Amino acid sequence: MKSKRASFEGALEALGVTVSSTAESDLEAAVTEAVTEPAVGIALGETAGDEAFSLTETPVTVDPTPVALREATTGVTGAELGIGDYGSLVLSMTEEASELLSLFVERHVAILHEEDIQPDMDAAVAELDERFNETGGSAIIATGPSATADMGALVNGAHGAREVHVIIVEEEA
Amino acid sequence: MATADELRELMRTEGAAVAENTQGFNTGRYDSVADLEDYEALKRAARSIKEDAIEELPDLLDQLTETVEANGGTVYIADDAADANDYIRGVVDERAADRVVKSKSMTSEEIEVNDALEADGVDVVETDLGEWVLQVADEAPSHIVAPAIHKSRESIAELFNKQFDPDEPLETAEELTRFARKKLGEQIIDAEVGITGANFVTADTGTMALVTSEGNARKTVAATDTHVAVAGVEKVIPTVGALHPFIELIGRSGTGQDITSYVSLLTPPVDTPVVDFTDDETPLSEFESDRDFHLVLIDNGRLEMRDDEHLRETLYCIRCSACSNSCANFQSVGGHAFGGETYSGGIATGWEAGIEGLDVAEEFNDLCTGCTRCVNACPVGIDIPWINTVVRDRINRDKDAPGEWLVDGLTPDEADDGAPLQKRFFGNFETVAKLGSATAPVSNWLADTTVARQAMDRILGIDPRRDLPTFERETLVDWAAARDSKVTDPERRAVLYPDLYTNHVQVERGKAAVKVLESLGVDVVVPPAPSSGRAPLSQGMVATATDHAERVTETLEPHIEDGRDVVVIEPSDHAMFTREYERLLDESAFTDIAENSYEVFEYVFGLLDNGGSVDSLSTVTGAEIAYHSHCQQRTLGLEAHTVAVLEECGYDVVTSDVECCGMAGSFGYKSDYYELSMDVGDRLRTQLRDDGVQDRPVVASGTSCLEQIDALLERQPRHPIELLAT
Repeated sequence: MKSKRASFEGALEALGVTVSSTAESDLEAAVTEAVTEPAVGIALGETAGDEAFSLTETPVTVDPTPVALREATTGVTGAELGIGDYGSLVLSMTEEASELLSLFVERHVAILHEEDIQPDMDAAVAELDERFNETGGSAIIATGPSATADMGALVNGAHGAREVHVIIVEEEA
Repeated sequence: MATADELRELMRTEGAAVAENTQGFNTGRYDSVADLEDYEALKRAARSIKEDAIEELPDLLDQLTETVEANGGTVYIADDAADANDYIRGVVDERAADRVVKSKSMTSEEIEVNDALEADGVDVVETDLGEWVLQVADEAPSHIVAPAIHKSRESIAELFNKQFDPDEPLETAEELTRFARKKLGEQIIDAEVGITGANFVTADTGTMALVTSEGNARKTVAATDTHVAVAGVEKVIPTVGALHPFIELIGRSGTGQDITSYVSLLTPPVDTPVVDFTDDETPLSEFESDRDFHLVLIDNGRLEMRDDEHLRETLYCIRCSACSNSCANFQSVGGHAFGGETYSGGIATGWEAGIEGLDVAEEFNDLCTGCTRCVNACPVGIDIPWINTVVRDRINRDKDAPGEWLVDGLTPDEADDGAPLQKRFFGNFETVAKLGSATAPVSNWLADTTVARQAMDRILGIDPRRDLPTFERETLVDWAAARDSKVTDPERRAVLYPDLYTNHVQVERGKAAVKVLESLGVDVVVPPAPSSGRAPLSQGMVATATDHAERVTETLEPHIEDGRDVVVIEPSDHAMFTREYERLLDESAFTDIAENSYEVFEYVFGLLDNGGSVDSLSTVTGAEIAYHSHCQQRTLGLEAHTVAVLEECGYDVVTSDVECCGMAGSFGYKSDYYELSMDVGDRLRTQLRDDGVQDRPVVASGTSCLEQIDALLERQPRHPIELLAT
């Protein structure tokens, strides 16, 4: 039986999604390495449930203007959940515009806490069922890059991100 | 109905692109569902959720309305297309919108909301790339999931270069996609209203699921402040949790992706701020998320379908397109022929009959041959062939019975009098076959004359390019009656069902079956028996088929009571006994015959598995053979038995994997469909001529398949049972 994380990373690889991992303390370095500038993003405390991740020591412009968003190549957001068997990310829709930051860019860098990796779709939907019933709320189950086959062959980056990179923040030992 | 000329033209212009794409999706489906540990359980769960949701629909709609309104949205339940369009026009007008952007939605195609809004001077932009291509080209979708499936990359490039005159001519799929992304991206951020569909809507939280890959639905919602979601009333399910099986099944069943790139679970109005994309001063988070949400649920005939015991199942459809992609005819002609006003593929018959009416369903309903390959592919287990049969029956009944019949005695049952002459001829082929054998060989000579073939073409629509079956003077029943059983101390006792074709035409395979069974210690009787009703059922003559089913069970029942197993050579008849009769007979009569019937190789497999010796059969050492199973046999999971027995007898077997040979009973005989039938058959021909296959003798289980292969290849095929007889 593969671990949740191993199966998640295997699924991401099959989707063409790149992965890096980091300890919490080195997150900013990992973000810096993962982005292609110009980069915009969201203060991660809001999405990843941690207060320390301000991204101030990175090239990422946090809470950009709409024009800066349109000119950016990379958008950095948190991901609420990972789904082991599909390599999916569950992205929330916050008032800080995480939806715009993950969508209106060429490259999406998603930061995910290792403990938020769910084993499978069944567990992830059960979790969302619970959350939605408590608080309303919306989410995107995003799996790999945006894609289309409508132009005669499979092309990544139809309307959404052409590239996706996941940074897994490892649990402290 | 599409004529032979129209079908030929479609196959010439769109056939190659449709074939490549649908077959790609279909292969992808097989691969993708094979990865699921619990595919069948997921399908059962999905089915059960839909069954219950449609049962509880009025309550769920009330609950959903309450929830959405509590969330701050509005629900409008529209009686029909005009009602829905009036409401949506009102929303767009109130917002004073100049532009509406849309993500892909079949329901919005159904109500033709684009036309309604454009009449008001609103700029409506389709943002799904496929839909946009069609909007630019002013063409209709040919597939419910991939609407521009009929267009090749070259034709899209030509269209764009002509329409937009870019600085550098566009050529590759990558270039076309980048161009569309840029062009549409500008229009999306400049729109006021976003219209989406909804694949599912949950009554508990008011959450809608949108299954997409491009990200245009996300942008359509995020970039506009007024969201109108258009969905049929049947899309409501009880809970967010109930989404689970559908999320796992919908992409796999349709385009063969494990999951599409984005499954948006939106509980509108969403929190994403509404931003001015030209603003260079204000941070994103400082914009308000002041959003309006309107859920427009459309009846348009659906609640009547709910009350219709035969069309009701249509409402379980999740519009995945599995029935299109797995359909051999669809693979050749696509949705422009195999489709109605909005929907296409096998399930379209249910949708179009319920929403538009029988006249629209009639335009394409004949293209369903009842091969059943869509049945196991459908993630909610809809009996799509049955819906097609019922609608065909209703279309027949809608016609006035002609005053005078050219061929007397063709319909024993007055209830099916409305069926056109061609359908009555094929539906009552038993009468023809009896006459054919009784007067053979004269009947064969006469039927094969030019004059006769011209008359058949003109009056019955039988294509002169098809060879007609050659009737044998001595039927299988006659032959069996004139000989004594070779078995003195039987292991088992069986009644071999003399299907119409084995009895009158392919008598040799019947004799072989008797000999094989006797070799394995089975006492066999071959009593006269009525034909199964497959022929009338395929013509939509349900009453006549029911009459056959009742007479067949009356004939076989004493044998079953006497402890005999029913062995059936013709797979389409075996499928009648074990599948279709459930619709035609009462439960106990059906169970009785279904549980005691075996396809002949299924039976031989069982005999060998229970101690029968392969040495009593004709065996070989590694002889190479190619086997084409029968569509309905494969749906029942009975291809493997033939392969296993042949291998046990020493054969090296390769199998075809096309969905259907294209003949499909009478379908390939019909003048309008002959060329389509041969186009479908061409895929089988290609496989049977492949390297390593081209020199192998061919065996096939179905009568039609044998006739089709005979027409396709130089090699004359046989039924595999003939290989086993000593």
